[in-house]
Amino acid sequence: MSSEASGDKKLVNLTIDGRSVEIEKNSTVLQAAHKLGIEIPTLCHVDWMEPYGACRLCSVEVIKGKRRRLVTACNYPVSDRIVIETINDRIRRVRAMIIELLLGRSSNVPLLQELGKQYGVEKSRFGEGTEGCILCGLCTRVCDEIVGVGAIAMDGRGIKRRVATPYDEESKTCIACGACAAVCPTGYIKVIDDTRTEKGVPLEFPTGPTTSIYVKTLQSVPKVPVIDVESCIKMQTGGCGVCATYCEPGAINYNQKPEEIEVDVGQILISTGFQTIDLKKFAQYGYGRLDNVYSALEFERMLNATGPTGSQVVLKNGQEPRAVGIIHCIGSRDENHHRYCSRVCCMYALKMAHLIKDRTKAAVYQFYIDMRAFGKGYEEFYHRLLDEGVTMIRGKAAEVVEAGWGQRDEGVLLIRAEDTLIGKFREIPVDMVVLCAAMEPQHDADEVGRLFSISRSPDGFFLERHPKLDPTSTMTDGIYLAGACQSPKDIPDSVAQAQGAAARILQLISRGYVEVDPIRAEVVEELCGGCRMCNNLCPYGAIEFVLDKKISRVNDALCKGCGTCVAACPAGAITGKGFTNAQIMAEIDGLFAKPTQGAKA
Amino acid sequence: MKPKLALYWAASCGGCEIAVVDVEEHILTIADFFDIVLWPVAMDFKYKDVEAMPDGEITLCLFNGSIRNSENEHMAKLLRAKSKVLVAFGSCAQEGCIPGLANLFTKQQIWDYVYKQSPSTVNESGIFPQPINKMPEGTIEIPTMWDTVKPLNQVVDVDYYVPGCPPQSDQILNVVVAVIDILKNGQPLPPKGTILGAGDKTCCDECGRERKEKKIKKFVRPHEIIPNPKECLMDQGIVCCGPATRSGCGAKCTAVNVPCRGCYGPPPDCLDPGAKMISALSSVIDASEPEEIDSILATLTDPVGTFYRFNLAASILGRGQMEVRKQS
Repeated sequence: MSSEASGDKKLVNLTIDGRSVEIEKNSTVLQAAHKLGIEIPTLCHVDWMEPYGACRLCSVEVIKGKRRRLVTACNYPVSDRIVIETINDRIRRVRAMIIELLLGRSSNVPLLQELGKQYGVEKSRFGEGTEGCILCGLCTRVCDEIVGVGAIAMDGRGIKRRVATPYDEESKTCIACGACAAVCPTGYIKVIDDTRTEKGVPLEFPTGPTTSIYVKTLQSVPKVPVIDVESCIKMQTGGCGVCATYCEPGAINYNQKPEEIEVDVGQILISTGFQTIDLKKFAQYGYGRLDNVYSALEFERMLNATGPTGSQVVLKNGQEPRAVGIIHCIGSRDENHHRYCSRVCCMYALKMAHLIKDRTKAAVYQFYIDMRAFGKGYEEFYHRLLDEGVTMIRGKAAEVVEAGWGQRDEGVLLIRAEDTLIGKFREIPVDMVVLCAAMEPQHDADEVGRLFSISRSPDGFFLERHPKLDPTSTMTDGIYLAGACQSPKDIPDSVAQAQGAAARILQLISRGYVEVDPIRAEVVEELCGGCRMCNNLCPYGAIEFVLDKKISRVNDALCKGCGTCVAACPAGAITGKGFTNAQIMAEIDGLFAKPTQGAKA
Repeated sequence: MKPKLALYWAASCGGCEIAVVDVEEHILTIADFFDIVLWPVAMDFKYKDVEAMPDGEITLCLFNGSIRNSENEHMAKLLRAKSKVLVAFGSCAQEGCIPGLANLFTKQQIWDYVYKQSPSTVNESGIFPQPINKMPEGTIEIPTMWDTVKPLNQVVDVDYYVPGCPPQSDQILNVVVAVIDILKNGQPLPPKGTILGAGDKTCCDECGRERKEKKIKKFVRPHEIIPNPKECLMDQGIVCCGPATRSGCGAKCTAVNVPCRGCYGPPPDCLDPGAKMISALSSVIDASEPEEIDSILATLTDPVGTFYRFNLAASILGRGQMEVRKQS
């Protein structure tokens, strides 16, 4: 471990089990053995901490001439021309004794039982303790060396030795990082996780990161992990750094700082996406109040193979649901919230129903207003779902309530809804409810819109130049839109729009020049007095103030010729090219001129 | 023979005359070069002297004051006929100026107030001025007042304009010196309609205050705040007509914390400075809600008097509506 730190790259040559190996001085025998691919059992050793030599299981024999000596491989330094034997009868006997002693203390540890089998120790002569801890010290060392907190330490001596917090009280310095539990080879240390039930089912489905170093989403481009500075131990205390020891290419750099990068670009594609409506606004559906009521996004995490349940559909009590209700249009097509249709919910709700049917025996109810299966293959998928036995109830659910007080009803939810096809009010008992939250503009869409000088339609999404003929560009030249920031849309539509926008962008890049309309505003320098009235009027940010000349100037490339500044200029110093006062007055004169002789009035 | 110079005042306050005298000793240069043939404020010539002249006898006529009665109109027409070069001198002749604000009312409304309703007037028998009064001693004739005040060019053809209320003395001297130079050396005259003794930019160009991007949250009148002497008055919420006013005065008002009131008239490409100011100010009001806009506008007192103080008679509308005014 310390070879790199000392900078001593001098090599030594030694022989292990008859094979010679060359390794840097200051290495340990264990490292040399690993280099040869020779396995030596360890209990208290991990590569990323200083060797400790507590368990002695890695005992090997060093042979110098006629002298044989038992040493622990994990912390015995190599030296030139020594000979090591990693396995022989004596070593086997010693390790068996160590295992037997440990089993006497903690016979219930599967790891020890497995080792016992390997070394022929069926039963310990020293008792059948069920302590569980093997005193490897990994937990106390990781807390001290890596996390840098030192919340736990070894307490007592001899058979009283144990891992403890100071005075056996709840530690005030523990940061609940869980490193001790993660490193414990026997599972003796457990983290009390109040985010999970006793059965290990998460109480909530985090849709965000759950570790301090994480890949943002599985679809991230580039797919590289990032470190959450707020929760990373290395960033906070300077300890840990374990991820760096595991990263073979050495790609982890703790010294990176957040920085603002200015990039000069000619065109910008805005694809800032959407957010889902806050389901807590809909108290009637019990989201956040009732167990087993999930947002579609959370349920999607549950269905995900890398999700918290490993794709299993389970209730909080660990059981499989008997019935699942999926309620469409929460906040969409709703006069009180968003009048528009979120477009994607019908199809993902069907997909979820399909997966529930695939993975459980649960009945699935869809509460829908209209089934909008508009895309390629969608209608077919809808019919397939009908054949799979998903129950469709046409009518928006009114509320979700807990059913009764009897034991039989415990945990059962009732979805109350009007079934418009049979004209009847219904109560459907289910175990789990999934709410299809409306897509809505990002909370900062207004700010982003102002930043890029683009408008928003009444629904709050960014406004395209033309809904049919130019759906990818905006009224501001060089600014394009793609995806759900422009309107709710599904993946195929988003991809199509993005590809269209990319084509538009490439079109200009390949041409290499920009054509602008000749209608532009112009500041007549001889007339401008520099009052700066016009300076912050321009919706396209095309007007700048020239400090040394004390006049305002219009940037030709940015100006759209809207005329706002022309109208506002109190000096009449800004004119619209092609629409000067003189031209307009001449037109008016022409209109009111007396008809010349011969011309018909 | 010396070139002949006439100076005349129509409906005006007399400030333009004072401004001419304010050229100080240079008045001697003028008197030396020109033969002054009419200057009612300073010299004793009669109208009949002018009427007796052949047409075009006067080389240069500086005509100040607007046209608001029959005498003003008579003299305007007379001097036009007798002068080679007729100059609308000062804001009244150029664009109506303060007298032009009378166009917000009818003649009857004005007379009712002046001869009956004003607090200091006692006129129980309801006597109003009559153009012709027959008295035992003979008949007295006074000019007839028109309903509408007009700038000079709405009555006669005008060759040049000298803006200002009054024109600044240094600018007057510049103009006269230039004219003397032209006459002495036989140089061509500037094109007809030229504005003399002023710049082409706006008052802001001459104002030394530092201007920022405009955002107006509230309008204030000059007496309501102590303005920062270095910052643009408009930035401080004081309505300053400098942005829509021709340069040339040297921005003397804003230099002493008084906002520009617009006496130098509209800049070259500005048809209606009052409308331009309204358009500009409404663009920089910093509000999003209609109620907020209303409350900001409520702090703006006397919009017509503020934006059309000098220009009402020459503006596109020219005057208030006669009919509506009569009813009110």
